[in-house]
Amino acid sequence: MSTPSDVHEGLHERRHPEPWEYLKIAVILAVLTAAEVAVSYMDMNHTVQIAALLGMMVIKFVLVVLWYMHIRFDNPAYGRVFTLGITLAVVVYGVVLLCFGVFQK
Amino acid sequence: MEAGTAIERKNDHGAHYTSTGLPTVKVAMWIFLASETLLFGGLISTYVLYRGRSVVGPYPKDVFDIPYTSVSAFVLLASSLTMVLALGAIQRGEDHRFRIWIMATALLGLTFISGQIYEFTSFFHEGLAINTNLFGSTFYTLTGFHGAHVTVGILMLMSLASLNSQGKVTKDNPIAVEMVGLYWHFVDIVWIVIFTVVYLIPTGSPHP
Amino acid sequence: MSGMLKRPSATRGWWSWATTVDHKKIGIMYLFSAIFFFGVGGIEAMLIRMQLAGPNGHVVSEAVYNQIFTMHGLTMVFLVVMPLGAAFANYLMPLMIGARDVAFPRLNALGFWAFIGGGLLMYSSFLLGGAPDGGWFGYPPNSVVSPGNGMTFYCLGLMVLGTASLISAINLATTIINLRAPGMTLMRMPVFVWMTLVTQFLLIFSLPIITVALVELLFDRRFGTLFFDPGAGGDPILWQHLFWLFGHPEVYILILPAFGIVSEVLPVFARKPLYGRPFVIFSGIAIGFMGFGVWAHHMFTAGLGPVANSAFGITTMLIAIPTGVKIFNWLGTLWKGDITFDTPLLYSVGFIALFIVGGLSGVMHAVVPSDYQQSDTYFVVAHFHYVLFGGALLGFIGGIFYWFPKMFGRMLSEKLGKVQFWLMFVGMNLTFFPMHMLGLQGMPRRIYTYAKGMGWDLYNLMATVGAFMLAVGSLVFLWNLIVTFRKARSAVADPWDGRTLEWATSSPPPEYNFAELPVVHSEDSFWHEKYSETRDGKLVRRESGPEPQSDDGSKVHLPSPSFWPLFVAGGLAIVAYGVIYGWPLVFFGAVVFVFGAFGWALEPSSEE
Repeated sequence: MSTPSDVHEGLHERRHPEPWEYLKIAVILAVLTAAEVAVSYMDMNHTVQIAALLGMMVIKFVLVVLWYMHIRFDNPAYGRVFTLGITLAVVVYGVVLLCFGVFQK
Repeated sequence: MEAGTAIERKNDHGAHYTSTGLPTVKVAMWIFLASETLLFGGLISTYVLYRGRSVVGPYPKDVFDIPYTSVSAFVLLASSLTMVLALGAIQRGEDHRFRIWIMATALLGLTFISGQIYEFTSFFHEGLAINTNLFGSTFYTLTGFHGAHVTVGILMLMSLASLNSQGKVTKDNPIAVEMVGLYWHFVDIVWIVIFTVVYLIPTGSPHP
Repeated sequence: MSGMLKRPSATRGWWSWATTVDHKKIGIMYLFSAIFFFGVGGIEAMLIRMQLAGPNGHVVSEAVYNQIFTMHGLTMVFLVVMPLGAAFANYLMPLMIGARDVAFPRLNALGFWAFIGGGLLMYSSFLLGGAPDGGWFGYPPNSVVSPGNGMTFYCLGLMVLGTASLISAINLATTIINLRAPGMTLMRMPVFVWMTLVTQFLLIFSLPIITVALVELLFDRRFGTLFFDPGAGGDPILWQHLFWLFGHPEVYILILPAFGIVSEVLPVFARKPLYGRPFVIFSGIAIGFMGFGVWAHHMFTAGLGPVANSAFGITTMLIAIPTGVKIFNWLGTLWKGDITFDTPLLYSVGFIALFIVGGLSGVMHAVVPSDYQQSDTYFVVAHFHYVLFGGALLGFIGGIFYWFPKMFGRMLSEKLGKVQFWLMFVGMNLTFFPMHMLGLQGMPRRIYTYAKGMGWDLYNLMATVGAFMLAVGSLVFLWNLIVTFRKARSAVADPWDGRTLEWATSSPPPEYNFAELPVVHSEDSFWHEKYSETRDGKLVRRESGPEPQSDDGSKVHLPSPSFWPLFVAGGLAIVAYGVIYGWPLVFFGAVVFVFGAFGWALEPSSEE
C-alpha cells in the first residue's frame, strides 16, 4: 500500500507559487545582495560585520531553497534529507575548524 | 524516451506506483544534492581554514574587485529566477516561452562563467596562480569546482531546450526540467555562500 | 546513428554480461570480482608475512614492501569488502523488498564498470612505474612528495572508485525508499535491507569528504598547490581530518552489511525470529549517525590536545553501545533456538565471537592514554583484522554459503565449507592474536623488517604460520567453487526454509524476479505465508503455502541491456590516465564520457 505523502500544515503549503511570487523573491535576493556588498565596505566592528554578512547569506540561502527549490511546497521528506546533509556538513566541518582554532582570536 | 527513466511499477490504473508516492528521480536528486553539500562544505572549509595563512602574496585585497564580482552574483541569482519561470512555462504547456526562459538561464550561466574566466585570467596576470600561495590554491580549487558544476548545468539546460523541440520534454513529462532546476538552484546557493565567505568577509591582515 | 542507438539484446555470452543492467547479474559480477581481488590481496598478505616471518627479512626490498602493504590495504578495503557488500546488496535487496530491479538499472551497471575501471587503474600502476606506496591512509607530506606516479594513481584510483560507490549508493538508497512492494513498510523490511540502507547513507555523506581530500592531494602532487605544505602555511593535519571523516564511517560501511547478513542467517538456522528486531534496526541507525562523531580517534597521537582527545574518546566509547546491543540480540536469537549447525550458521557464530574480540580491542583504543601506546603498533593491526577478517569477511563467506543456492541453483559442499571454516577460524586467530602482544611490546606498523633481539620473533613466526593456514583455507574455498560449478543445477527454491521474500522465487530467480509483485502483510512475510503458529507457539505448515513462482513472466517489461554504462566508465578511466599522462588524453576521455552520456540519454527506452 503506498504511503500517502503527508500534508503538513503551516510551513508546507501544497500549491504552486505564481510567477510574480518568484519575482518578489528575486527582488529580495537582489536587495540582500546589495546590502551585503554595502556592509562589506563599511567600517564596523569585525565580529558584527561578519555576523551581518553571514546572516544575510543564510537568509538568501534559505529563500532559494524554500521557494526556488520548492521545499516549502513539497513533501517534507526532501527538505529533511537536504537538511541532514547540510547539518552534517556544518557540524563535522565546524568541529574540524574548531580543532584548528579558527574561531579563536 | 522519458527523461529520467526509472523502474516504477504500474498499478492497475497504469499510473506509476512508488512506496512513498514521490517521483523516484526526485528522491534521487535530493539525495545527490545532500551529498554535494559535503563536497562543497569541505572545499569551503579548507578555504576558511587557510584564510590569512598565505606566506606570500598576492592576497585577496590585492586582487579582488568586489563591484565586478557583485555583478556576477546578480547574474547567477537572476538565472535562478529565469529557471523557475522556465519550469512554470513548461508546466503550463507554453513550450515556446519555456525555451526562451531556459535559454535565458543558460545565457546568464554562460555570462557568469565568462565573468569567472575573465576574473581568473586577470588574477593570474596579477601574479596569482594556483601554486603561488594558499590563497591561490584554495581560491582556484573552490571556485573552479563551482565553475565546473555551472558548466555542466549549462550543458543540461541547453539539452532541455533541444529535448523540448523534439517533443521529449513536455507539459506531460516535465520532470527533467524540475531536476535540472534543482541542480541549477543548488549551484546558485553554493555561490551565495562562496560570494559571502570568500569575497565579502574580510580576510584581515595577511600573515607576516 | 539510429543503428548505434538500438539497444543490445544479447541474453547469453560475454556480451550479455557486458551490457547487462540486471541487478542479479551485476551482483554476481561484483561477487566474483571481489573473490578475484581477495586472491590478489591475499598474495600481497602472504608476501608481507613471509617478509616479516623472521628478523632481517629479505623477501622484498623496502620500496617494494611499501607498495605491497599499501596495495594490500587498498585492495582488501576497496576491492574486496566493499564490493562484497555491493554484491549482496545488489543481488538481494530488490528481491527482499519485492522489486524487479533497482531504481536506475543503467546507473547500476555504470557503478560496477567504474569499480572495475578503478581497480584496474589502481593495479596498472605496478606496470607503470610503481604502485602507491604511502599506505592506504596516504598521509602527507609523504604522500605529496613520494616520487613517481604511485600516489597519483592512489588519488585517481580512489576517486574513480569513490564515484562508482556514490552512484551506486544513491541508486540503492532510492530503491529501498521508493520501490518496496505494497505492504512492505520500512519496519517490515528485512534487517539486511535496513543495514544496507544505513550503509548507503554513510557512503552518500562520507564519500564527498574523501573526494575533497583526494582532490587536494592530487592537486598538491600534480599542480603544485600548497594544501598540505607547512612551509607555505598548509597543514598535513587537514588531510588526516578529511581522510578519517570518511575513513571512520567507511569501517561501518564495511561491517554493516555483514551485520545484516548475520541478522538474516541466525533466525533461519535457529528457527526463531530475530530477537529484539527493532533494537537491531535502531542500533544500526544509531551506529550510522554516531559513526560521524568519532573520526579523530584515529588521530589521538596527532597533537589535537586534551579537549579534542577527551571528546572523541568519549564518543568512541559510546559507539560501542549500539554494537553491544546487536550482539546481545544475536545471542538472544540463538538462545533456546532449534539450531542446525550448517555452514552459514558456523560462519555467523564465528563472526560474533571474533567481532567481540575485535570490538574489545577497539574499546581499549578508545581509552586515550592507552591508545598513546597502541597507536601505530601492531595492536591496531590486530584490532582491525579481527573486525574485518573475523567480522566482515567471515560474515560475507557465511552469506555466500547461504545464498549460493539461490544465486546459482546449486549448494556449496557442506563438508568443504566446514573444513574451510575451521582452517580460517584457527588460522585467523593464529595470525592475528599474537599481533596484540607484538603491539603491546612496541612493534611498530608499516616496517619492512625488524632487528634480531627485539623479542618479536616467535609471535611473528606464529602469525606467518597462521597466514599459511588462511591461504590453505582460501584454496579450499576455491576448490569448493570449482567442484560445485561442475555439478548440474539442483537446488530447490527454499533449501534452508528461509524467512524472507528472495526464497519465494526459483533458484536462480527468473530475470524478472516476481511474475506478480508480492503484497506484504508482515515482517518475515515469506515465513508467515508458509507457517502459522498454534496457541502454544508450535509451528504448523500451512496447506496453501506459497509455490515458488515459476509462472510465465513474458508480460513483464524489463529494462533493456545497454553498452553505454561500459562506455561512460571507460571515459572516466581515460580521463584519470590523462591526469597523469597529459591533457590530450583528458580531453579524449572527456569526449568519450560526454558522447557516452548523450548516447545513454538518447537511446530508446526499454518500452520500445
